[in-house]
Amino acid sequence: MFDLTGKCALVTGASGGIGADIARALHSAGASVGLSGTRVEPLEALAAELGERAFVLPCNLSDMEAVAELPKQAIAAMGSVDILVNNAGITRDNLFMRMSDDEWQSVLDVNLTATMKLCKGVMRGMMKARWGRIVNISSIVGATGNPGQANYAASKAGMIAMGKSLAYEVASRGITVNAIAPGFIETAMTDKLTEDQKGGILAQVPAGRMGTPNEIAAAVIYLASAEASYVTGATLHVNGGMAML
Amino acid sequence: MSDIADRVKKIVVEHLGVEEDKVVEGASFIDDLGADSLDTVELVMAFEEEFGIEIPDDAAENIQSFGDAVKFISEAA
Repeated sequence: MFDLTGKCALVTGASGGIGADIARALHSAGASVGLSGTRVEPLEALAAELGERAFVLPCNLSDMEAVAELPKQAIAAMGSVDILVNNAGITRDNLFMRMSDDEWQSVLDVNLTATMKLCKGVMRGMMKARWGRIVNISSIVGATGNPGQANYAASKAGMIAMGKSLAYEVASRGITVNAIAPGFIETAMTDKLTEDQKGGILAQVPAGRMGTPNEIAAAVIYLASAEASYVTGATLHVNGGMAML
Repeated sequence: MSDIADRVKKIVVEHLGVEEDKVVEGASFIDDLGADSLDTVELVMAFEEEFGIEIPDDAAENIQSFGDAVKFISEAA
């Protein structure tokens, strides 16, 4: 089950905790993986760890010209992009009343606009192949909202709704577009929280613990698989029961 | 019939699975040949590859019939 041998996957944000585990899982399921991110060093380290079938494709997703080039570079390196995982994301938190236009725009650009452009860039190949998988890594806050994260929440909700619209359009071509909405996951970002903060968060999680990056990766593998061919436009919530949507 | 028209017709016949004699000058991809809107996008993609040209999105929107396609490509190629 969930054999991705022969498939080529492009993962953005592969230098981060969740993205790296997504890339590892895709690779161990047999896929070739294009590792994209802004920081080259962790990408090189991950590629070295994975060995064959791993390609480093650095890209700054706030640079829209670079974003337009990334699918082409991925196709040049791997031959095709059959699976696109839009995992990269940034936060610039602030109270809504204090949020600057720049804080708003930069988050929307990287999280939503870059996702749209990457979907567009891989779509031609997927349509011709009559097979494709797009997995957008959204967030629980895209469904629930979160104080201090109006920009981030809007971008993550936007990924879900854009994905649903695209899913409608390309479903007849064997292409699925789905989202995963992680809850609280152990990453470098959540490591910075104090014990008190963590305690407060965990009180809201029925599972009583944070999730791990590989629990997100497992959801990606499912949605990327041939077995999930009838699942499209869905949002898979992976949050330990924190929000049962 | 010109070479371009023959090549365009071949693509349309293959892609939409229609009879060759249905693909006439004024035949609308959607109204007469059973294409959906995404088929028209795919046809344009196929024309681009066959003729090695780039068809901008605003021009692509105006390619609604077999005749439109032949005319555009004849001018562009």
